[in-house]
Amino acid sequence: MTLKPRDMTLFLVVFALIAATGFLQSWNVALGILNMGLVSAIMALGVNMQWGYAGLFNIGVMGFLALGGLSTVIISKPPVVEAWDAGGSRVIFALLVGTAAIVAAILAWKRIPAGKARAPALVAILVVGFFVYRWLFDPAVAAIEAVSPARAGNLGGLGLPVLVAWPVGALLAAGAAWVVGKTALGLRSDYLAIATLGISEIIIAVLKNEDWLSRGVKNVSGIPRPVPYEIDLQNSERFVERVSGFGFDPVTASTITVKLAYAGLFLAVLLLLLWLAQAALNSPWGRMMRAIRDNEVAAEAMGKDVTARHLQVFVLGSAVCGLAGAMMTTLDGQLTPSSYQPLRFTFLIWVMVIVGGSGNNFGAVLGGMLIWYLWVMVEPLGVALIGGITAGMPDGFWLKEHLLETAAHMRLLTMGLILLLVLRFSPRGLIPER
Amino acid sequence: MLVATRAPFGVASGSCWFGFHLSRQEGSLDLLNAIVAFANFVMLPAVAYGSQLALGALGVTMIYGILRFSNFAHGDTMAFGAMATILGTWWLQAMGVSLGPFPTALLALPAGIAATAVLVLITDRLVYRFYREQKSAPVILVIVSMGVMFVTNGLVRFVIGVDEQRFADGARFIITAREFKELTGLKEGLAIKSTAMLTVVVAIIVVALLFWFLNRTRTGKSMRAFSDNEDLALLSGINPERVVMMTWIMVAALATIAGVLYGLDKSFKPFNYFQLLLPIFASAIVGGLGNPIGAIAGGFVIAFSEVTITYAFKKVAGYLIPAWEPQGLVQLLSTDYKFAVSFAILIVVLLFRPTGLFRGKAL
Amino acid sequence: MSDPFLIGDSLSGGYGRGVDILHSCTISVNEGEIAVIVGPNGAGKSTAMKAVFGMLDLHEGSVRLGGEDISHLSPQDRVAMGMAFVPQNSNTFTSLTVEENLEMGAFLRRDDISGTMAQVYELFPVLQEKRRQTAGELSGGQRQQVAVGRALMTRPRVLMLDEPTAGVSPVVMDELFDRIVEVARSGISILMVEQNARQALEIADRGYVMVQGRNAFTDTGAALLADPEVRRSFLGG
Repeated sequence: MTLKPRDMTLFLVVFALIAATGFLQSWNVALGILNMGLVSAIMALGVNMQWGYAGLFNIGVMGFLALGGLSTVIISKPPVVEAWDAGGSRVIFALLVGTAAIVAAILAWKRIPAGKARAPALVAILVVGFFVYRWLFDPAVAAIEAVSPARAGNLGGLGLPVLVAWPVGALLAAGAAWVVGKTALGLRSDYLAIATLGISEIIIAVLKNEDWLSRGVKNVSGIPRPVPYEIDLQNSERFVERVSGFGFDPVTASTITVKLAYAGLFLAVLLLLLWLAQAALNSPWGRMMRAIRDNEVAAEAMGKDVTARHLQVFVLGSAVCGLAGAMMTTLDGQLTPSSYQPLRFTFLIWVMVIVGGSGNNFGAVLGGMLIWYLWVMVEPLGVALIGGITAGMPDGFWLKEHLLETAAHMRLLTMGLILLLVLRFSPRGLIPER
Repeated sequence: MLVATRAPFGVASGSCWFGFHLSRQEGSLDLLNAIVAFANFVMLPAVAYGSQLALGALGVTMIYGILRFSNFAHGDTMAFGAMATILGTWWLQAMGVSLGPFPTALLALPAGIAATAVLVLITDRLVYRFYREQKSAPVILVIVSMGVMFVTNGLVRFVIGVDEQRFADGARFIITAREFKELTGLKEGLAIKSTAMLTVVVAIIVVALLFWFLNRTRTGKSMRAFSDNEDLALLSGINPERVVMMTWIMVAALATIAGVLYGLDKSFKPFNYFQLLLPIFASAIVGGLGNPIGAIAGGFVIAFSEVTITYAFKKVAGYLIPAWEPQGLVQLLSTDYKFAVSFAILIVVLLFRPTGLFRGKAL
Repeated sequence: MSDPFLIGDSLSGGYGRGVDILHSCTISVNEGEIAVIVGPNGAGKSTAMKAVFGMLDLHEGSVRLGGEDISHLSPQDRVAMGMAFVPQNSNTFTSLTVEENLEMGAFLRRDDISGTMAQVYELFPVLQEKRRQTAGELSGGQRQQVAVGRALMTRPRVLMLDEPTAGVSPVVMDELFDRIVEVARSGISILMVEQNARQALEIADRGYVMVQGRNAFTDTGAALLADPEVRRSFLGG
């Protein structure tokens, strides 16, 4: 499949919008939008694999993004040696015991023939396993969290380059998706939706509460970067010399250089994924996927293992989300568990996919960038609009105060309206599936 | 999960005082104290929360049974209904109206229901009806409901903001812990919050009315018939648009009442209502989607599990086994993981009994 | 000759924009008579009846009830005109009680329905016994009685039955046919599709043998049973 001139025009429009921001406002803002737009495009690609290729309804995107974010901490932060000494191995042992209890329970359920003994055995294994796990886990965690809580209080990470965290984030998300998919796929589509909604809330709860892992609401900041720091650039004589030669201010130039470096990295990942996604979609595998989506019963009758294929694509799509989550946290430079809000990190991604064109990878990318741009710009536009409307009202008038105060909430309203309008009048999106 | 270790001191329970010459009578008092503590911290909150979940789940299950999709906007419909009622309450309070010991919100409730009914009927007319006529797949309607959720959420934030609002007035307690202690001479107090009691009483009335309507009236029966077999309902001359309209009005009433009771009992914060979506859906699915009795049972199953599993049993354990001084709080899961409880129950039901405890529709 | 009470005259049509399933097919029934459509599998028997009831897109032909052209009416409107239809499958509200099923049948009526309900209970005494049970708890034959009873609650002038005896035992089938004859005697016209061609034709005033969406033979039930060609081809000798 190639892009039609119309599609190219749509992409150009988005770039023109971002460029206009650069010219009118500032290139820092424009590049900021571009970078997050590229990451959003990757998120949309992941969701599009699940929804567009296979018709799977995942509303736990936020959880998979957060797992990617967690991976940046685990991989790139330097280890907190005292914490590891205090209880690192004990925590890991406790987690292994906990996992073993669950595996034992599953095995027991499968091995013991159905009868009176099975359910009590299952419950007994789980209860004993839980208490043993807590008995091992709690003191270890207390020991770790007691280690300089103001600075650390967690285990830290492996101290590896942050780029390693990107594929690891994908793996973490894939693992979680496998567990969810194994239980909820093959049931009604709404059940998968509720299950994914649940798992994403739980993942966020873990990030917020397991201080030994992610420092919880104390946040993890200072995640290493894959690109240079502004301050190093400003202190580098060669850099200052070169940008001054072009007549730029070194401070602005350094921030823009950093953003451009991120943009380059993100673009490379996006293009690679897009290429892979296109190849997959047009392969026999992709055709089979769509055949299953369009008629599950017929595909099943032809001997396709629908549930296994669904699991495959569900895991793949979630992995892409995990990757995007890791990239996003890398860009932010810090993990802030309380910033994960479902409307922003799950439902907005859905708006991107639907508006862009579900089933079309280019559509997902376009939707990701366009909707991100709108998400950023609607707020100042809304404030300006309300400012205009209320200009005639006297200062201190309650309605004016109220409107100005709540103008920032225009975003959700606008996104919802866009979603509803697209669904109603152009359900195939800006770049429809072909 | 870790709270157990965060409060490492072992509070001396009665055991220190009584030592081992604990008399038989004091032993039975300990049992009574344990029961009262359990009732105060687990039973009462769970009953109130369960009633709120049940009312929410009834709305979800009715939409599912008659309009045949999972309405993800339901949490925000509840928020809208509560908001409309709060605005009415504020107006009444400003006018100096009060219900004495009862919260003024009860007076504003009918107006809140009416406003919410208007909202959902307009939404149905502008949004859902089109897809109904197209006979779209349920999953499309779910996505559409996502859009409606965005808009409703934005509307609520636009009108009332994102901050917490308190609107409960009237008596705080039917009986306070101190009064209870003085009354019974027990060491543990049983505080009955008037909002909790109100929640239960209103929920019982609403559910009774709902079941009377569904089982005894012509319109109610036609709604059940439509839910059971749409084609045959059409052949019998049942007007589908009328059934849909009645459903939305009833859902608006259920959502508003659930939202207001939840807001009175806890507090009103728009985002909390979105977060109720998971336990509400878990309740409806656990009970069997499309089955009203199941929705109620599911609500209580989820509420009791959530409260019991996240309650710190230290105090209760201290009374029951005086010799044991627990190291921590004796809590299975920290309250931050209450979602995990609904989720786990949901998964277990999906794995072992996908149609739910009361056999809903498995479309 | 004057028009029969209900006639689907030279009907051609199919579902949506698909190919035609019916080809100039004519089905009619007189007041108080029983008309039966028989034929091999896939001959379009049920389709012909659905066409008469307005559940098919007609390209040619018309449907007239009591001389009035009703081709443009929706099935629901035809119910209001006095036509009642009992589908072959899921023809009861399984989660409603027997009595509620009957009440739903009379949904359009605003007058007192207790008289009609008593008549239905008289026709199917077992339903009165089980009127508080849900239809889903009944046996197949009893559920068919509920389905017919529900249709009768509208006090129809024409009762249309799509394979009412599908999946019930021979004893129950005889019983059902007896009841259907009783209903016809009360002045209600009956149009039905049947797999059990021989028994159905025995009670039929008119019989239609359909093959590939066309009328193959049309005559009185007795004449069709006597026709050697019909016997050889469709009744198994």
